[in-house]
Amino acid sequence: MSAKPIPVGAVSAGNKMLRVLLYAVLILFALYYLLPLYVMTVNSVKPLAEIRQGDMLSLPSVLTFEPWAKAWSSAQIGVQPTGLKPYFFNSVLMVVPAVAISTILGALNGYILTKWRFRGDDVIFGLILLSCFIPFQIALIPAARILGTLGIAGTTTGLVMIHVVYGLGFTTLFFRNYYAAFPTELVRAAQIDGAGFFQIFRRILLPSSAPIIVVTVIWQFTNIWNDFLFGVSFGDFDSQPMTVALNNLVSSSGGVKEYNVHFAGAILAALPTLIVYVVSGRYFVRGLMAGAVKG
Amino acid sequence: MNRNRLQDIIPRLVLSPSVALIVVFVYAFIVYTFYLSMTDSRMLPSYGFVGFDNYEKLWALRHWWRALSNLAIFGSLYIVICSVLGLFLAILLDQKIRGEGFLRPIYLYPMALSFIVTGTAWKWFLDPGIGLENTMHQWGWTGFEFAWIKDRNLAIYTVVIAAVWQSSGFVMAMFLAGLRGVDGEIIKAAQMDGASNVTIYRRIIIPMMRPVFLSAFVVLAHLAIKSYDLVVALTGGGPGQATELPATFMYSYTFTRNQMGIGASSAIIMLVMIFSIIIPYLYSELRPGRQR
Amino acid sequence: MSFLKIEKLKKSFGKVDVLKGIDLEIEEGGFLVLVGPSGCGKSTLLNTIAGLEAITSGSISINGKVVNDLHPSQRDIAMVFQSYALYPNMTVAQNIGFGMEIRGVAKAERDAAIAKVAETLQIGALLDRKPSQLSGGQRQRVAMGRALVRDPLVFLFDEPLSNLDAKLRVDMRTEIKRLHQRMGTTIVYVTHDQIEAMTLATRIAVLKDGVLQQFGTPAEIYNKPANLFVADFMGSPSMNLIPATVEVDGGKVGISMQRDEGQPLLLPLGNSAGGLASRHGQKVVFGIRPEALTDLDSADRNATQVSELDCEIEVIEPAGSDTFAVTRLGGREIVARLRADAPIAAGQTARLAFNLDKALLFDPETQERIL
Repeated sequence: MSAKPIPVGAVSAGNKMLRVLLYAVLILFALYYLLPLYVMTVNSVKPLAEIRQGDMLSLPSVLTFEPWAKAWSSAQIGVQPTGLKPYFFNSVLMVVPAVAISTILGALNGYILTKWRFRGDDVIFGLILLSCFIPFQIALIPAARILGTLGIAGTTTGLVMIHVVYGLGFTTLFFRNYYAAFPTELVRAAQIDGAGFFQIFRRILLPSSAPIIVVTVIWQFTNIWNDFLFGVSFGDFDSQPMTVALNNLVSSSGGVKEYNVHFAGAILAALPTLIVYVVSGRYFVRGLMAGAVKG
Repeated sequence: MNRNRLQDIIPRLVLSPSVALIVVFVYAFIVYTFYLSMTDSRMLPSYGFVGFDNYEKLWALRHWWRALSNLAIFGSLYIVICSVLGLFLAILLDQKIRGEGFLRPIYLYPMALSFIVTGTAWKWFLDPGIGLENTMHQWGWTGFEFAWIKDRNLAIYTVVIAAVWQSSGFVMAMFLAGLRGVDGEIIKAAQMDGASNVTIYRRIIIPMMRPVFLSAFVVLAHLAIKSYDLVVALTGGGPGQATELPATFMYSYTFTRNQMGIGASSAIIMLVMIFSIIIPYLYSELRPGRQR
Repeated sequence: MSFLKIEKLKKSFGKVDVLKGIDLEIEEGGFLVLVGPSGCGKSTLLNTIAGLEAITSGSISINGKVVNDLHPSQRDIAMVFQSYALYPNMTVAQNIGFGMEIRGVAKAERDAAIAKVAETLQIGALLDRKPSQLSGGQRQRVAMGRALVRDPLVFLFDEPLSNLDAKLRVDMRTEIKRLHQRMGTTIVYVTHDQIEAMTLATRIAVLKDGVLQQFGTPAEIYNKPANLFVADFMGSPSMNLIPATVEVDGGKVGISMQRDEGQPLLLPLGNSAGGLASRHGQKVVFGIRPEALTDLDSADRNATQVSELDCEIEVIEPAGSDTFAVTRLGGREIVARLRADAPIAAGQTARLAFNLDKALLFDPETQERIL
């Protein structure tokens, strides 16, 4: 972030009180944002009995990782006591190819739309961009039919395809904005050097694309991992992602509500994106900003 | 000559699969859904043409009106609170705060979570029997009552609470980037003019945040209209239909109530709502930015 | 025989005509400079020669071969870009060798060629660095190295010096000229800087709005500009252009100009102006360069036609080697070039010498030069 010459709020010593208040408010909000995560974590390691009578903010008096083990491998999901484990791997198998394919296509699209411009390319970009914003409800009925026709309904392949298509708008947007700032003269120099379409992409643009690849991968990973609507609409046992399984776990009506198991499951479902966020938070913010159309 | 031609065609060739996918999965689907909304489809698509009957039925449904009025309440509160809170936090964080690098990620991390996770956490937190209310009773404040999630008239506000928790940090980040982009010389000039900090923010900086407000509005509005997962995980649309939104309405009419025609027509209405916000925005964003 | 020949070249982007029929040619070893204000089409013209932009109609031939439809890499040209366009992820050596690598030249041969060019440009020590580790001048050299290593028929330069600071720009200008003299290659060079154009070119093409205004040697362009635009664009400070009227009295032709006060000023034009006899009373634009308007001591002794005149000096601008004096004539501010130590101060009236051998006249309607 750029340094501003004079901090507007550079408060003089007389305003020390204000300064204290400022920090108090900021910390209060930090607590507000942390509270649900804290509550989930603390209660995921309490025995159920303690949750029922104890208060939710207290630390566990008996520490147990039983709920985590149960959420992972034996909790009742829908009708089967499989735990979240198989669904976790469903999610991984869906996310990895979907992210890879949509990122590669987005990079090529961005490259073409900025460096190989042709008549009508802005119309095509407009069409691609607009696809970021459609309510997915509009696609549910026909997508179900198309996946059925292609014979990939209920499969991970089908979900990968859906996620690739509806991620293309974002990945194309990210790479287009990035490559728009990439000097066209470099492409021209490479053309004079005799490099062709793919050589220029691989040798000239790609080596400089690490930042935007990171942003795009994080964005796609988060969105696809967290998706629920497509997973619940087009997945079955062999392909349903983690989010759907978590919802089934939490909202299963039969028997006792095992809150601690629910929390452990929720954290498990959130863990991959949280880790990505912690490891590369800076890029994450940039990705979100890019998603807001403004580059 | 031939080589030139080939070089001309390759880019379009490479672009075409993406374009084809988008044309089919987005635009053809819109057309298809629009067509379905004019048919007597129920459990499965059927092609008996009924004109605008489904729309008439849709607009006669109390359930749909409930979803729309919920969206109005949810959407406007969600947008306003996120924007105000986001701007407020961004301004506070912009005061040369020690530990900004520590606080910022805390404000922002909820955005990394799935709405299902957020819903699960808040559902429990807001549950009077086990969450906040219970905890307060445990602490000895037995008069404390907080049962909005069980209340038909108040449940929609719990959706707002959870959604604001998830998105306000992101809006904060947008405003913070905007504030950091303000030209320091303008602020210096205002300080020379003797303006107080409050005045500088009120008269100069906040008005300069117009484009950020607009971006935030567009992002939040389209998230609000699409909101589905959060409601499913938090309230399941209940109690009763108290937290039903157009997105959940569409899903339940299409897939559980077997009223596909009505479901399709509600999806079209959602599309119209989103596009009437997005298209003017994109148009104004992309026009002046055109350059060769 | 012309080496690079451009005939009836037209280029449009959609409905906008950027080049409106350009004819140019340059002999082998010539140095052609395309000059004009921004948006005149000079860079587009260079890009069409390079093959980076397709032409709408006309033809471009290099060494007798029409290259209209050839890919840039097949035209046997090399180009130095304004931003240098060095590949950021490659070292200097890789940058210079990239074209050969693409063409499949063997590594040993490549290295030999790179070493040779590096020696010519004295960049041997930089070969393993990345572009980001180089100064502006060094990048410029590497960009030239990348062009040199191709040993092309024609070098294309797109404002190569515009990103350098003033001092370095002058040094590199000299270096480019020296390189040209030594290697004897054909160069097409785009610039908006008319001093660069004058110093480097064997031929200058002045463009405006996609139309070729004048094509000639630097001396022709400077001394006999074809029209008012060229007269005004080339030279710094630019030519004084003053509204005037042709006066014919018997066999003698002169011009008269309004002064702020007093009688109109009448200047005789000498014998060469005989062709103007029929234009008595017509309005013209009188053009005279600042160096033809001097203090009496600096007046050109060989001039045949010198008029002296008292002028009120409004501003004095010492420039070190010369001093410029601003005065007023025909309702226009005009600039005279004085000796550095000429004893003239602002607010005084000073006597100035007009070297009318250098006088030019333009038709204000057609803008063309008539004398």
